[in-house]
Amino acid sequence: MRPIHSKITEIIEESPNVRTFFFDTQFEAAIPGQFVMVWVHGTDEVPMTLSGKNSITVQKVGDATSRMFELGIGDHMGLRGPFGRGFTIPGNGENVLFIAGGVGAAPIAPLADIVKARGIEGRTILGSRCCDELLFRERFDCGRVDITTDDGSEGRGGFVTDQLAEMDTSDYDRIYVCGPEIMMYKVFEILKARNVHVKTEFSLHRYFKCGIGVCGACSMDPEGLCVCRDGPVFNGGELEGSEFGHYERDSSGRKCHF
Amino acid sequence: MKIAGIELKNPTILASGIMGTTGAALVRMSRNGAGAVVTKSIGPVPKKGHNNPSMVELECGYINAMGLPNPSYTGFCEEIGIAKSKTDAPLIASIFGGNATEFTEVAKGLLSSKPDCFELNVSCPHAEGYGASVGTEPDLVHEITASVVDAVDVPVWVKLTPNVTDITSIGRAAESAGASAVVAINTVRGMAIDIHSGYPILGNRFGGLSGPAVKPVAVKCVYDLYEALDVPVIGVGGITCPEDAIEMMLAGASAVEIGSAVHDDTQIFEKVNKGIDTYLQKYGYSYTEDITGLSHEMI
Ligand SMILES: Cc1cc2nc3c(=O)[nH]c(=O)nc-3n(C[C@H](O)[C@H](O)[C@H](O)COP(=O)(O)OP(=O)(O)OC[C@H]3O[C@@H](n4cnc5c(N)ncnc54)[C@H](O)[C@@H]3O)c2cc1C
Ligand SMILES: Cc1cc2nc3c(=O)[nH]c(=O)nc-3n(C[C@H](O)[C@H](O)[C@H](O)COP(=O)(O)O)c2cc1C
Ligand code: FES
Repeated sequence: MRPIHSKITEIIEESPNVRTFFFDTQFEAAIPGQFVMVWVHGTDEVPMTLSGKNSITVQKVGDATSRMFELGIGDHMGLRGPFGRGFTIPGNGENVLFIAGGVGAAPIAPLADIVKARGIEGRTILGSRCCDELLFRERFDCGRVDITTDDGSEGRGGFVTDQLAEMDTSDYDRIYVCGPEIMMYKVFEILKARNVHVKTEFSLHRYFKCGIGVCGACSMDPEGLCVCRDGPVFNGGELEGSEFGHYERDSSGRKCHF
Repeated sequence: MKIAGIELKNPTILASGIMGTTGAALVRMSRNGAGAVVTKSIGPVPKKGHNNPSMVELECGYINAMGLPNPSYTGFCEEIGIAKSKTDAPLIASIFGGNATEFTEVAKGLLSSKPDCFELNVSCPHAEGYGASVGTEPDLVHEITASVVDAVDVPVWVKLTPNVTDITSIGRAAESAGASAVVAINTVRGMAIDIHSGYPILGNRFGGLSGPAVKPVAVKCVYDLYEALDVPVIGVGGITCPEDAIEMMLAGASAVEIGSAVHDDTQIFEKVNKGIDTYLQKYGYSYTEDITGLSHEMI
């Protein structure tokens, strides 16, 4: 598909470095965890999770995202998608746990919306560096929310893994995780030691070029799975013994260790 | 089947630049039925490629300008090693450079990882100083091919660009320099523009067309090359089903490479192979060799 010329209809400043952009293009059939390739005209095209049917939530980190932050209501971006494999939607009566760090809350929030709408009980561990950067607190309002901040400015001081380490996870049917890879890997290790990692789904990041499973830029060792096509959401079982938590590749294909 | 110096498991080969950036991805494609796999084109220095968008699906095919991203030959030996250790499908290393010296440096640099064959990319239409910038000049193609053939002890294939007036003159240059086969075609120069914003869609503005739209171009190139050369021709461009592969063989292809179609079906190789076998049986042929170039006899 060609990029859909999409007009920005609303911008919400979530934190000093994170904004949610709403568009006049709705991805009605999108499953939480799926992404769009966002074309910032004249700059670059980058993958972004849909944080809602017509929104992306963006952390300013470099060229494309800085350019996005200069755009206002009425300006346009090109959107291709939705692409990739999203999260498994929990069934009624299932017990779910969300673990989100930083902008990693973006793919999980739409899942929390569904859980809330269905009246399923969902517990959340929501972490960030400091209280200003906690994302979508109110959207996770479908059960207990444990907040952690690295600097202790709100909730518990420390990492989401500190909270997780003290929790009993045996009752959860599904555990959904997104955040920096190091965080996700620590979560993976804890849950693997408890042998519940196969109940877990992780949303991964790799460098994307095509976004549609052709170029191979995002392929992971050792199975050659494409993060853009076979993921970005993977079951914990699929990630066992993989490069996950160890290294990723840059745009030239060179390995970069975490 | 032995073609152009290598023993293929079947006549369908993974084309360069498709899922070919890691050893693991190459292994995955060979497990999906590819008779041989070609790596992403590897060059003398690490290259990050063009800015995105670098590949977009259009109504009639795909347009791409990746810009030859690659970790350089020093970074890629390990990946070839992985692929070689985990599959017995032949591994063809696609390489590029700006001149004969660079091509030869890359080929020599990869030799220690023991590729079964080299494919020289003198045909990428959108990387300045590389690819088609050198592949439209018969003399340059001759010099590059001869230099690599001289430096390595495995077969050398040369992949040609359709963006020339006479592809056979380039094919002849490759053949006379010692190429074991020619591969046709690389992508057809093209462009797509977003009518709403006015921006060219690719980060590089223009790029190469692949997929169904280019098949008739590829069939004609293969047909002409088969007529002009003695070495085998490997057909590539727009193959999405067994019928496409058979058409390419009737035009003169000894084997085919498949690229973009991996998008719709990662099992495409298995599907095409089965279809070719069914066709051969139906029309009473024993081998794919029996149909290669057959249409030339129908005048
Ligand atoms: C499936 C997926 C979903 C994502 N969802 C979100 C999201 O919802 N919100 C959010 O803020 N970020 C998200 N990201 C990360 C986002 O794509 C990058 O942060 C963004 O591309 C940075 O672009 P830049 O030009 O500003 O940065 P640059 O200056 O170009 O680079 C900064 C870093 O961003 C990453 N990056 C740059 N280009 C790409 C690319 N083409 N593909 C992947 N990573 C890249 C690299 O890690 C790079 O080191 C997601 C990434 C993936 C793979
Ligand atoms: C995303 C993409 C990347 C490519 N990269 C290379 C490359 O690195 N080297 C090369 O020789 N050809 C490259 N090609 C060209 C293909 O190998 C093939 O010649 C072309 O796509 C036509 O075949 P198809 O229609 O089956 O895709 C690339 C094609 C695509 C779509
Ligand atoms: S980004 Fe091209 S295959 Fe995933």
